[in-house]
Amino acid sequence: MSEEVAAPSRIDRTVDARRLLCPMPILKAEAAMRDMRDGEILEVRATDPGLNNDLPAWCRSQGHRFLGIHRQGRDLTGWVAKGLKDPFGLDARATSPI
Amino acid sequence: MNTPDETLTWTEPRPEPLRALGLLSGGLDSTLAARLLMDQGIEVECVNFHTGFCIQSHTGALRNPKPGAAPPRHDALHAAGNLGIRLHLVDIAEDYVRIVTDPKHGYGKNLNPCLDCKIFMVQKAFEMMQSMGFHFLFTGEVLGQRPMSQRRDTFPVIDRESGSAGWLLRPLTALRMPLTEPEKRGWVDRSRLMGFSGRNRKPQMALAKQLGIADYPSPAGGCCFLTDENYARKLRDLWTYRGERAYAMEDILLLKAGRHLRPAPHYKLVIGRDDSENHFLSGFVAGRILIKARDIPGPLTLVEGTPGAEDLILACRLAARFGKARELPEVAMVVESQGVQEIHQVTPLPAHEIDEAWYV
Repeated sequence: MSEEVAAPSRIDRTVDARRLLCPMPILKAEAAMRDMRDGEILEVRATDPGLNNDLPAWCRSQGHRFLGIHRQGRDLTGWVAKGLKDPFGLDARATSPI
Repeated sequence: MNTPDETLTWTEPRPEPLRALGLLSGGLDSTLAARLLMDQGIEVECVNFHTGFCIQSHTGALRNPKPGAAPPRHDALHAAGNLGIRLHLVDIAEDYVRIVTDPKHGYGKNLNPCLDCKIFMVQKAFEMMQSMGFHFLFTGEVLGQRPMSQRRDTFPVIDRESGSAGWLLRPLTALRMPLTEPEKRGWVDRSRLMGFSGRNRKPQMALAKQLGIADYPSPAGGCCFLTDENYARKLRDLWTYRGERAYAMEDILLLKAGRHLRPAPHYKLVIGRDDSENHFLSGFVAGRILIKARDIPGPLTLVEGTPGAEDLILACRLAARFGKARELPEVAMVVESQGVQEIHQVTPLPAHEIDEAWYV
């Protein structure tokens, strides 16, 4: 993942899954999403390098929009927009900042 | 749900959409099972259960990655993404404790309660199927593929004890099994299901090729830590010295990382093997004693139990043995417990003084 991905201008919820192993970052993200509204943005913090593959795969299987992942050292921060799978008809590319 | 009759068939208007819920590990079999039903126009969603013992490539990623190694991924999520289906990730770790500690049908070769595990998962999935409006359940099981849970005599046990009898379809091995309800009602075209059996995976690989499925994990290796001899030994050790068959999520995570040495019954060391493991272990300091060398690169060591003063000196010497300080005559080791630090000057333990029996 690109390290230049910028954080979204608005973050509605953050889950801290650092030092947790797969699939806990995704399970925590899923739990957080339950009471979020469509379009709200979730930030997922993790140290499991699997987040690079798992967060976009989870978005594909749930219909969320993957906004990107930023990496700094071991720390990964990913962003997801709830329920907005490519809402603008664009390819949701892994490195595209919003 | 009605009790299935094994022979009676009739045509019943197929619900539209016809919805099936599957158990998806992300391996080839469950992926193929889902795809066979999708190809019949059935709306498929899947569930993947988190028990705390599932082996994913992430677990290997606890250690520093080998050069050129593929980045870890969750197989079921990846397979669901490729299939274009919704995956429900469900955490059953808390309820799963009783399956591991007291399995009705016993363990396999190690601490793997495969039959109880399968019954439990199918039961959970069957409950989801009913509450979420699916019409039937499916798995990627193949007759004769697993010695404990995928046998002609255990399939009926799974069906009966999970409460799913008649409503659990196994598309890859269906032609060798009695008719299920969705087949009897004409909802599922049995002629488009398979009759695979045994451990030979060539038929599945040929079907994958035919269906254009190329991206699937290697079947080598187990999918559960409880089938792993080394892991099972560490879990047994935990139970033995705690005096009870119980565990917390932290316990079973810690068993996945580091070298484990038990110099005496009342305490154990977990020693990181590289930077990544040290980082992982640093998240488990609360409630344990932390040891590391001062000013010299070396492992992060956690001590569990009730070590005395002399035990801690031995623990420091052991921790020093596994770091860059091992050749030095004396090393300053930092011992931190409940936020209080002490420094101990110790001589790293020579290799020949480490009792092989200490290794868990």
